[in-house]
Amino acid sequence: MRGVDEEKVKANNAIRTSKYNIFTFLPLNLFEQFRRLANAYFLFLLILQMIPQVSSLSWFTTAVPLAIVLSITAAKDASDDINRHKCDKQVNNREVEVLIDGELKKEKWMDVQVGDIIKLENNEFVTADLLLLSSSEPLNLVYVETPPNNCLDKFKGTLTVNGQAYSLDNDRVLLRGCTLRNTEWCFGLVLFGGPDTKLMQNCGKTVFKRTSIDHLMNILVLAIFGFLATMCAILSICNAIWEANEGSAFTMFLPREPGVSGSLSSFLTFWSYVIVLNTVVPISLYVSVEIIRLGNSFFIDWDRKMYYPKNNTPAQARTTTLNEELGQIKYIFSDKTGTLTQNIMTFNKCSINGKAYGKQLGERVVDFSWNQLADSKFIFHDHSLVETVREGNPEAHAFFRLLALCHTVMPEEKKEGELIYQAQSPDEGALVTAARNFGFVFRSRTPESITVIEMGRKVVYELVAVLDFNNIRKRMSVIVRSPKGKTTLYCKGADTIIYERLHPSCSNLMKVTTDHLNMYAGDGLRTLVLAFKNLEENYMEEWRKRHNEASTAMEGREERLEELYEEIEKDMTLLGATAVEDKLQDGVPQTIEQLAKADIKIWVLTGDKQETAENIGYSCNILREEMNEVFIVAANTAGGVRRELQVNFDICHWSFFSHAFRSARRKMCPDAAEEPSVIKARAGLFWLKKTETVQDEKVNGEYAMLINGHSLAFALEEDLELELLRTVCMCQTVICCRVTPLQKAQVVQLVKKYKQAVTLAIGDGANDVSMIKAAHIGVGISGQEGMQAVLSSDFSFAQFRYLERLLLVHGRWSYLRMCKFLRYFFYKNFTFTFVHFWYAFFCGFSAQTVYDEWFITLYNTVYTSLPVLALSLFDQDVNDRWSFQHPQLYAPGQQNLYFSKKAFVNLTVLSCYSSLVLFFVPWAAIHDTVRDDGKDIADYQSFALFAQTCLLIVVSIQMCLDTYHWTAVNNLFIWGSLAAYFAVTFTMYSNGIFVILPSAFPFVGQNTLNLPNVWLTIVLTSLLCILPVVAYRFISMQIRPTINDKVRHRARKELPPTPSLRRPVRRVSTRRSGYAFSHSKGYGDLVTSQRFLMMRPVKSQAMQFSHIAPTES
Amino acid sequence: MGKEKSKSGPLARRPDNSAFKQQRLPAWTPMLTASTVLPSFYLLALICMLLGVWLLLTVQNTQEMKVDYTEAGSCNLCFEMRKNVSNAGQKCTCMIMFSIEKAFKGDVFIYYGLRNFHQNLRRYMDSRDDGQMLGRKSNLKSPSSYCKPFDVDEKGVPIAPCGAVANSMFNDSFILTYYTINGPTVVPLLRKGLTWYTDKNVKYRNPKMDNLTLPEVFEGTTRPPYWQKPVYQLDPFDPNNNGFINDDLLVWMREAAFPNFKKLYGFLYRANKPFTKGLPAGNYSVAISYNFPVQYFKGRKEVVLTTVSWFGGQNHFLPIAYLVTSGLILLTAVVLTVVWWKFGKDGKNMAD
Repeated sequence: MRGVDEEKVKANNAIRTSKYNIFTFLPLNLFEQFRRLANAYFLFLLILQMIPQVSSLSWFTTAVPLAIVLSITAAKDASDDINRHKCDKQVNNREVEVLIDGELKKEKWMDVQVGDIIKLENNEFVTADLLLLSSSEPLNLVYVETPPNNCLDKFKGTLTVNGQAYSLDNDRVLLRGCTLRNTEWCFGLVLFGGPDTKLMQNCGKTVFKRTSIDHLMNILVLAIFGFLATMCAILSICNAIWEANEGSAFTMFLPREPGVSGSLSSFLTFWSYVIVLNTVVPISLYVSVEIIRLGNSFFIDWDRKMYYPKNNTPAQARTTTLNEELGQIKYIFSDKTGTLTQNIMTFNKCSINGKAYGKQLGERVVDFSWNQLADSKFIFHDHSLVETVREGNPEAHAFFRLLALCHTVMPEEKKEGELIYQAQSPDEGALVTAARNFGFVFRSRTPESITVIEMGRKVVYELVAVLDFNNIRKRMSVIVRSPKGKTTLYCKGADTIIYERLHPSCSNLMKVTTDHLNMYAGDGLRTLVLAFKNLEENYMEEWRKRHNEASTAMEGREERLEELYEEIEKDMTLLGATAVEDKLQDGVPQTIEQLAKADIKIWVLTGDKQETAENIGYSCNILREEMNEVFIVAANTAGGVRRELQVNFDICHWSFFSHAFRSARRKMCPDAAEEPSVIKARAGLFWLKKTETVQDEKVNGEYAMLINGHSLAFALEEDLELELLRTVCMCQTVICCRVTPLQKAQVVQLVKKYKQAVTLAIGDGANDVSMIKAAHIGVGISGQEGMQAVLSSDFSFAQFRYLERLLLVHGRWSYLRMCKFLRYFFYKNFTFTFVHFWYAFFCGFSAQTVYDEWFITLYNTVYTSLPVLALSLFDQDVNDRWSFQHPQLYAPGQQNLYFSKKAFVNLTVLSCYSSLVLFFVPWAAIHDTVRDDGKDIADYQSFALFAQTCLLIVVSIQMCLDTYHWTAVNNLFIWGSLAAYFAVTFTMYSNGIFVILPSAFPFVGQNTLNLPNVWLTIVLTSLLCILPVVAYRFISMQIRPTINDKVRHRARKELPPTPSLRRPVRRVSTRRSGYAFSHSKGYGDLVTSQRFLMMRPVKSQAMQFSHIAPTES
Repeated sequence: MGKEKSKSGPLARRPDNSAFKQQRLPAWTPMLTASTVLPSFYLLALICMLLGVWLLLTVQNTQEMKVDYTEAGSCNLCFEMRKNVSNAGQKCTCMIMFSIEKAFKGDVFIYYGLRNFHQNLRRYMDSRDDGQMLGRKSNLKSPSSYCKPFDVDEKGVPIAPCGAVANSMFNDSFILTYYTINGPTVVPLLRKGLTWYTDKNVKYRNPKMDNLTLPEVFEGTTRPPYWQKPVYQLDPFDPNNNGFINDDLLVWMREAAFPNFKKLYGFLYRANKPFTKGLPAGNYSVAISYNFPVQYFKGRKEVVLTTVSWFGGQNHFLPIAYLVTSGLILLTAVVLTVVWWKFGKDGKNMAD
């Protein structure tokens, strides 16, 4: 209804997520890049080099590497931005039908304006934030799954029509970024467009994650700056002394520059040395680190063993800057549903009137084709049950009739015979589907009736009452009246609860059924007990009256209803029990076992009930029968009491928890100190960050702890959190159940804060987003529950079991490679730089370099960059199979062994030694001798070439020593780089280049590198630099071989182990399992409510709205 | 992250099964094992030992003689005289006697050595114009600013060759005399072929002559302030050894890396007796035209005579270093063997 004149007045719906356009790219990108400390530093250096008095190196020595670094980064940024542009363009050009002048016209998304009325169709993305006006669907259910951000689910507005104001709330608003599902069409009024939509308003800043190596690197770079300043200060002081003693006399041959005195000259020398020694701060460090991480991320994307063919999902490294942290994980926080389990419930077994039915080995799948309405996906293995039903066994009929009647499932029948059940919990769906296949098809419902096709015969039951499920009742019942006028109560619920309410005559049946229940529990199945009761008409009438009164009562409604339910649900007759399997994802127990062997602690954080969580804990092997004890910290309180007794309650809970934790601790470790040992330290840049670390304590035996969300809320308060953490960390396994998304994040934060350990959170649903964002690394399972978890994750894949490969193979390799890279990188740069330091003592501290300028320029960028890149992309200590065979290989990463401050000091000492050898051996070898043709050899240019050849060969051999895994690429790059060096040396010093750059070092190559003297010295320096390292490594490998050495040793001798067969873990258990119900309140209210009556008229606002799918990302 | 493939189907996004992408590239995985490390240490020790001995024997066959003449003998007078700058124009010659105990066999090279002269100062090394010495006319007339303050004289006339390096060129000369029973004989020296071929023929060139004589080419330029002769008169005997391709100049222009250095002055002309086999043993004198002042930088000057072997002049460092290294490697090898014997031999440590 857009008026023509109104066009272009209001904001349009175009969005822009890109950062640059063609004109702003260069200035903006450069600005961004120079905000990084390292880049700014090199810009500063470049400016220093422009000052002739200071410039000890030509400008290109800094400009060339800086340009390379900047352009690599710029190229990456540009390609990212081009992708964003494409994405924006695609989104902005999507078409939608807009009502203009009473007609529907196709418009591009970006032309949609606020105030437009648009029509959406099934499976379309929602164009903008809409006010829902009407839709095709008569369904009374409105699922609105909003993104997890709290602000998103608030909306307040007023609609004024003809002077009358209607209030609008969130129920009537459709948010951009969602997808319409199961709805033919709907109309909406655009409220906010483009950048004003809630999605765009909320997708702003995501937390920038940095790895611990990043932090360490920043500290080291800072330390190196300090070190550089110290070296330069020493040299400039020496220069002052030298100038005073010798330099002043030499002014005869080299007059000072006008206006430069001895002291000023030493000041200038300081800056000159800043330039000469700048290579200690490696310019290409950051960019190389990024490239390595990117490469290792690609390997994750490419990994076929992390590809899930069933839904065509490869693993994805969504954040490419965290790889090496995957090799350092100490804690995993896992969601349950959809992560450990498939969130698929299957009706596996049942016990009807004392007879157990269910899976029997080797039996064929039951054929349900006799039943027109059967669900073809339903699989059952026991033929005898079908026969029993078809024979007309009354108990079996009652059993399935109950399943077909007693639930809150909504049916949907788009086409005749094509039934779809919308169940609130998958358990219920499984049960109703089972009934359907066995001939009791739940067809449709109204608030007053339920239609069931019983063995092909249509029966309409009058629905008298729904006695809904809640957490305290742990059961649900329906009261129905059959067409014959018989009133019956059907009830299903947890075994303990139902057993209390059975008629004494059932006691024999109870015994048999209990045996069956124990058997099911042993298999890790979720069970429900079914019972019924025939009601007398008179009593029913009277009860119904009281029920009506109670449900309309203003005061104490809940309590009164409760009493009524309690009254009627007793003396029931037992029918049997159902066993539903909460299917684990493939390989979950094995993966967990492997990760546990790698000393990774797994905590399960789930919103599920305690029983469910416990049950899954057992079935996926994190809880084990042989554990010494499973502590359960569960405080259950009713809401009302709590509010009144807030103060007392808090106090008594504090002591309760404190006591609970202490006693648990005493059991686990009798001689643990009362107070936690907290190590306080300072870390971070300038040691500004205070850290507190709770020490790990030794525990005898294996323990586990189960804690529920309510208790957690208390335990997470200031004064208890240390108690909690300390106790919980003594346990092998921790399961937190009934936790809110916020609590999930809090638990992660707590461990991050006090353990200084690397954490990983894995989940699949919107409620895991907070935890995924809070942890160092977030992993999203791309599965059934939408995409939110994946969108906010750093890595994503389809199956929990891929986590093993991600950590034990990719993570470990990435960590190993990154550490090797950093160690080698610092080593080669330090060695390079320290040689200049030693030379200062021979050249009057005049900031003369040892190497020639082109070598300085190319050393980092050409000669040594590719080999180290190959090392850090392809190196493997042992292959993936060995990694799986020995999960203990993961431990060095957790302990930060390969690159720490200590390792840094070691490599500094080593490079100091190497630089001494690399300077003084060539010096001693040539300073007082001549060439074999009698000409002098100790000229500056020859010495420079000589020293740089020694250096390059030594660092290349060092590289060879560090390479464990020699692929063709490694060979190519190492030998290629050396070849390139000699090629460049000879071309650089040739006629052609000489004419262009007469001041370069012409012809040194051919005049120097042909001398035997030179090669003898190169061999000597190599021996002196490398052999000590070899000897040290050999000795430590003999005396104290690391796990790594051991496995490498084995891997050389033996064939790689074949991947072990994934055998399902069979468990003998006496434990009674949890019951099959979802944890939240049922739909009872809804299916009987008045809103249900409004379903047919067009004015209904019902929507089926179940997926939030990514549109802008 | 990876580019989406255009193929479709249920396995459309399955990654390629290439050895590269699956990180299964064939590879060689060496490891430091006793069977490789220990033998190679012993072998290296042996090789170093043999090399060291061989080098030592070679070095023993070379001879070197250094005569410091800074203030020795009659040069003392010259040394005192040069202390005063106002005497720079005056000539001063002195003579030093020395004797050679054992004949120098084969080619004999004569060097001048300077101690504590920093040809490697950054600003000193930069103070030259390679373009000018390559014979570029433009640089000849307007030398590079790097040459300051030796680019132009007070009148603004460009200096050729410009810069501190050229200006400070060593300008002592030597005449070596051998005293036989028949009386003194001047030792014939060759003063050409002292430089690298590339320096003489490529790196340094006189400006284009175009039928002009050398002095004409250099017209409009002046000599460096400390020089006594212009660049085109450096060699009075050979007009082709003048200008920017004069051997002495080129030798000087190849700056030394360290403050103590020696540079080639000439070599023995062995055509006539008694020098056909080298320098015979006996008494010698060297007459020095003493020009170069060293007192400013507390330096020393010396004349060096040496013979060479296949691996250069006399240098005891390399043979000794090889012998010492050989000893160290042997020692390490023994330690490694002991360690291996005690800890690693049975493989118990390596077993899981």
